Amino acid sequence: MARKLPATDVVIIGLGWTGSILANELADAGLNVVAIERGPWRDTSSDFPVTYAQDELRYHIRHDLFLRPAQETMTFRHNVNQHALPIRTWGSFMPPNGVGGAGVHWNAETWRFLPSDFVLRTHLTQRYGAKFLPQDMTIQDWGITYQELEPYYDKFEYLCGTSGQAGNLQGKKQDGGNPFEGPRSRPYPTPPQKQPYGPMLFAEAAQQLGYHPFPQPSGNLSQAYVNPWGVTLGPCTYCGYCEWFGCGNYSKASPQTTVLPVLMRKPNFKALTESTVLRINLDSSGKRATGVTFVNTSGEEFEQPADLVLLCAFQLFNVHMLLVSGIGTPYDPGTGKGQVGRNYSYQVTSSVPAFWDDKNFNPFVASGAVGMTIDEFNGDNFDHSNLGFVGGGYIGAVMTNGRPILSTTRLPKGTPEWGAEWKQAVAKNYLTSYEPVTHGSCYSYDNCFLDLDPTYTDAYGRKLLRITFDFHENELKMSQYLTDRLGDIVQKMGPRTLEKKPPTGPYDVSKYQTTHTCGGAIMGTSPNNSVVNRYCQSWDVPNLFVTGATVFPQNAGYNPTGTVGALAFWTAHALRSQYLKNPGPLVQA
Amino acid sequence: MKASNLLRRELLAGAAATALLGGVTAACAREISGELPAWTPDGGAPPVPVTPGPWQFFTAEEAADIEALVDRLIPPDPHTPGGKDAGCAVFIDRQLAGPYGHARGLYMRPPFDESAPSNMGPQSPLTPAMRYRLSLAALDQHCTATFAGKHCHQLTPKQQDDLLHAMQSGGLKLGKVSSKAFFEQLLQNTREGFFADPLYGGNRDMVSWKMIGFAGTRYDYRDWVEKHNQKYPRPPVSIGGRPQWTPKQS
Repeated sequence: MARKLPATDVVIIGLGWTGSILANELADAGLNVVAIERGPWRDTSSDFPVTYAQDELRYHIRHDLFLRPAQETMTFRHNVNQHALPIRTWGSFMPPNGVGGAGVHWNAETWRFLPSDFVLRTHLTQRYGAKFLPQDMTIQDWGITYQELEPYYDKFEYLCGTSGQAGNLQGKKQDGGNPFEGPRSRPYPTPPQKQPYGPMLFAEAAQQLGYHPFPQPSGNLSQAYVNPWGVTLGPCTYCGYCEWFGCGNYSKASPQTTVLPVLMRKPNFKALTESTVLRINLDSSGKRATGVTFVNTSGEEFEQPADLVLLCAFQLFNVHMLLVSGIGTPYDPGTGKGQVGRNYSYQVTSSVPAFWDDKNFNPFVASGAVGMTIDEFNGDNFDHSNLGFVGGGYIGAVMTNGRPILSTTRLPKGTPEWGAEWKQAVAKNYLTSYEPVTHGSCYSYDNCFLDLDPTYTDAYGRKLLRITFDFHENELKMSQYLTDRLGDIVQKMGPRTLEKKPPTGPYDVSKYQTTHTCGGAIMGTSPNNSVVNRYCQSWDVPNLFVTGATVFPQNAGYNPTGTVGALAFWTAHALRSQYLKNPGPLVQA
Repeated sequence: MKASNLLRRELLAGAAATALLGGVTAACAREISGELPAWTPDGGAPPVPVTPGPWQFFTAEEAADIEALVDRLIPPDPHTPGGKDAGCAVFIDRQLAGPYGHARGLYMRPPFDESAPSNMGPQSPLTPAMRYRLSLAALDQHCTATFAGKHCHQLTPKQQDDLLHAMQSGGLKLGKVSSKAFFEQLLQNTREGFFADPLYGGNRDMVSWKMIGFAGTRYDYRDWVEKHNQKYPRPPVSIGGRPQWTPKQS
């Protein structure tokens, strides 16, 4: 029997990027806010000190900062005819755990989506005609525009101190920035990071081929920075331990380094850690959330009543929470009816490893987001008329790390996997090889979705979330095209040998690609095409808001966190300026 | 910090929650409000260095075989020790004796469909420790039966290489366990031990980091970012520092 706790104004499920931003905004509005986080409290000085944060085995290989599949996992299948099996150990993506969420261990590549990404179906249909899109592709417009979101991108970047070079200031093109980006209201808060050798070599080659390379926007800061909330970040030291790791320098933007120092001091905010929300509770009408039920590590259950519920967990778990709470109608791929779980998407990446005799890249002098990129082949920045696919991505030479357990797997094709010849090849190629990447969009399809698994359950007896997903021909063609363009640039960099590695399908859930899982409770213009409205408010339960990449109708060719952060501020603004004055649907269905 | 007793409850030893968490941090639910929790000594979870001494998981016979195999996977050469002298077998032994060996934190609920293709992820009910135990026993049976009573570690390097190739291709029958799955695990763990921080028992004296030119756990390269195509001049450092920083005992 759950013990009932005193009611609060707001309960937040998950204290990562979106949970901490929204908690802070709503606490500022005078509300009492309780955030319930499944994982532990984490801070820089205790949990990722420079004395041992740089431990590849513990954090990367053994997944120490991440959720453990025994706590919660999901099942996977490629299509509805396959029997889904549980993801027993993380592979393709890495669900986060603990205060700060994935903001603790991201690479901090901090992008905005293109203006056309938000009106994707309209844009592509207008340019190429409706018949150009594959029949089963279910992309749609978001219901908001880039122009509307711009002030909130700005807020997130200034929260983080993002290091970059603007390419478009209020409509004026800027040298050295991304010429394809949407107009931004002001420059990045800090200048770009210094570029290591690999990215510079890439940029020179790209320029010779007529492209416009620019520094990737980075949440690993080029210099010390004080954000608008008064929190100070330090300069990045290029230690090469970003993704999978917490930053010991206070130089990677994370909830810990930007929001939590302010939020945690507020007397009207409370965090409950190592407490797992089991479900969102509804009243008898099913139209109003009354709060949540959660369980602590001792197995004790509590009910936390609240007037407003914010679902701020990782993308997959937001969808799981909706399904196990019976909110909305689950998507049925057979009939196309139902919205919860629909339009699950991902990210399509590739790389071109290359090998030199006379170069030294010092791959360990790195940061998660430092690098040079080109955007000529992202979104619809290029004419797709004769290409047979839609979508695209950025092509870049990022210098994320030279950590040896994984970096030493980059060897010329044909090298044995072990023995004397392998050992020689490792010694020869570690410093002298480099692997630029492509980072492409993943559009949505009627047969890629999330629902509840009929067989496997979690530690609390709930059905696991089931992922049904595979790469489609459109995405494979897109990625092949990007990989070829990258291959041209890498060739120009003059290696002894290179290898193009486009994805070939089927999707492999055991191999790490990215943690950019998207969709399943998407944003849209009506309850007939979405789970939440343009303010991330549930159509079914108006005192419930859902955040994160969960609301992306499809994924663009960029890392999602910039847009996730912008949407959190956008939602906070809608709550403060509209909802709190008049609680109820912000958009009439 | 206002720490409410409401949610503070010591973990019940051996309760389900222990199995759930898997990590090294003892955990309990916590309420935090009104203050950023202050740093406290021992508030974090520093890594636990491997201690020298007897095998903790392997039997002496198993250890001899593993030492022989890791030394074929990573053979010694004039510049750099092989897997055995680098400590890979010690690394694997300590890993198998700990949470990794017991698949702690992984989803291990049935049913297990071991016939699934590899792109569905691992689906075996075997923990890493069980796989080593069963595979090494089957390998020993195979060797003694095939090579006139000789154990794996008593074979010639060539014979050991042939065995590894047969396991790699899945051609070697190791009873009920897949020789290919065992090979992949052994190779992965050997590489982990060779390249991980020396703290964990392998990569003794940072031999692999010196071999490849990795500077280790140094945390600040600001002076070298723009020194393009120039060899980094300083030797590697590990979490435990450098042996050279401490004078030798006389």
